[in-house]
Amino acid sequence: MPAELLRVENLQKFFPVTQGLILMKTVGHVRAVDGINFAINEGETLGLVGESGCGKTTTSKLILRLEEPTGGHIYQDGKDIQTFKGQELKDFRTQVQAVFQDPWSSLSPRMKVKDIVAEALVVNRNVTATEARDRVREVLEQVGLAPEAADLYPHEFSGGQRQRIAVASALASSPKLIILDEPVSALDVSIRAQVMNLLVDLQAETGVAFLLVAHNLATVRYMAHQTVVMYLGKIVEHGPTEKLYNDPQHPYTRALFSAALPAHPDEQRDEIVLTGEVPSPINPPPGCYFHPRCPVAMDRCSQEEPVLKDHGDNHLVSCHLYD
Amino acid sequence: MPANDVVLEVNDLHTYFFNKRGVTKAVDGVSFSLRAGETLGIVGESGCGKTMTALSLLRLIPKPAARIVSGEIILDGEDLVPKSNKEMREVRGRKISMILQDPQTSLNPVFNIGDQLSEALGIHKPLSKAEKVVQAVASLRNVRVAAPERRLKDYPHQMSGGMKQRVIGAIAVASSPKVVIADEPTTALDVTIQLQYLRLLKDIQAETGLAIIFITHDFGIVARMCDRVAVMYAGRIVEEAGVRNLFNKPSHPYTQALMDSVPKMDRTDRLFAIDGQPPPLYALPEGCRFADRCSHVSDICRTEYPPVASVEEGHAAACWMLDPKWKK
Repeated sequence: MPAELLRVENLQKFFPVTQGLILMKTVGHVRAVDGINFAINEGETLGLVGESGCGKTTTSKLILRLEEPTGGHIYQDGKDIQTFKGQELKDFRTQVQAVFQDPWSSLSPRMKVKDIVAEALVVNRNVTATEARDRVREVLEQVGLAPEAADLYPHEFSGGQRQRIAVASALASSPKLIILDEPVSALDVSIRAQVMNLLVDLQAETGVAFLLVAHNLATVRYMAHQTVVMYLGKIVEHGPTEKLYNDPQHPYTRALFSAALPAHPDEQRDEIVLTGEVPSPINPPPGCYFHPRCPVAMDRCSQEEPVLKDHGDNHLVSCHLYD
Repeated sequence: MPANDVVLEVNDLHTYFFNKRGVTKAVDGVSFSLRAGETLGIVGESGCGKTMTALSLLRLIPKPAARIVSGEIILDGEDLVPKSNKEMREVRGRKISMILQDPQTSLNPVFNIGDQLSEALGIHKPLSKAEKVVQAVASLRNVRVAAPERRLKDYPHQMSGGMKQRVIGAIAVASSPKVVIADEPTTALDVTIQLQYLRLLKDIQAETGLAIIFITHDFGIVARMCDRVAVMYAGRIVEEAGVRNLFNKPSHPYTQALMDSVPKMDRTDRLFAIDGQPPPLYALPEGCRFADRCSHVSDICRTEYPPVASVEEGHAAACWMLDPKWKK
């Protein structure tokens, strides 16, 4: 078993919904992340899948400490990351980095590539100019860009190259974990494969762990060791990727997988068409959050909330069907 | 199928942009035809000219930078290229319409959807206010919007992305056009909602005999939706085939490479990545446009554009490897 890098315990993030301009009265909460638990292992990729609004991005922001959790904890080496201050926080910032979806907006258009890539080093670690320059050259080479790229601006690159720059800047501080928030969905099909291969190679070379947030199931299948499926701020299923893809248990996971498009026109598949849309996270339905759309809902599902339970081999499912 | 089933025929269409850089050949000799009730997929990456082809069909290309330089667009027996703007207004919506990618921006935020539907319904035939309401409700029901009477007064921001895209679909088919162009209509939607929407389009097509041009970069959508596929690269169609033929026997190296670079749900072996990028459309090479990225490239590929060769019945590709003259 690889060592644990980061542990998320009963993590919650509620955003208040307010009414009125001056006396802002809180009338409810958006339960973006509603009590989730998982761990990320060293050198492994954890895939987080689900539809928009399920809390994937909020989860990654909480891990980056860009949002304060409403409840619960995130532990790194047994220490709660919320308690980090000063140098400890700076160290944490170099150890956890991020690559975002859109390389057109995530790179500052007014900074040269070398400054973008070196930023995390310069801000959080006391490095000399020479050290920074050497490191920039090194990581640019790692992501397959020429050293001359360092003196250019982001607009001089194509989308795939920009995403390589974003990856280089995340790598520069030798992090232990990189959050990849939809890293390839803004790229063209032929370029996606280049970037995905690059990320897999970098993991093998440097032993960095990834938290991969994506809605494309095949991307997660290709890259992730463990997969977590989220629905309305809760984890409905969690397991080793291969097991989860071969044998999805939760009705939502099954519907999600069946909605993935076929690889060949003759491929036969039972499409499970879910009725309606994801309910509002402000007033989630009672019992299991998925029951209004679930094709196999029972009476119990609308009254009692299921808990995430291990059904053998680290395959966790939150559904009354398996009780 | 009789030949008069053909509703749209595009012959050797060229749409160029003229600007400081010179001439950008966005659409450079595209030909295809479309039958009633048929779905044609146009597949390609950004900048390959698929959206410009679609906009040319509607004559909505950005002016004055872009111009249809030559070619014919024969819709329902009439060539659209020489038509005046006024004449085109009669064609758009009534004979050909379009569904765009982003439902957040294609509806007007300051009008409720009842008004926007009524506008589309009333544009080609005069209707009274009451008739408009009745028809608007009917067309919302047609796209399976629940409780349509209550949604008429809703503004776009009150609806979800999937719901808005349904309304846009309703507007597109409001005047029963012959052809609908769907330009990546589900890219902004979640997978479960995407499936609902794709099924809805199929249902509407089965009911009305509509021909659909589906512009996409997703082979999954092609496999699920299309009867025939045209693969575009750098302004030209490089391969055209029935959907099964294309998946069973992709014959242009670009099609093969593109298919191999898509991750699959049941496989984790290393992805094939196409090196490099497409050539800029203002500086196209003389020979095959894929030559620089092609693993089978030979001398002739760099000097002369390959002729279109038949692979099998109804399946053609523009590649020198399919030519009798080919030797490596």
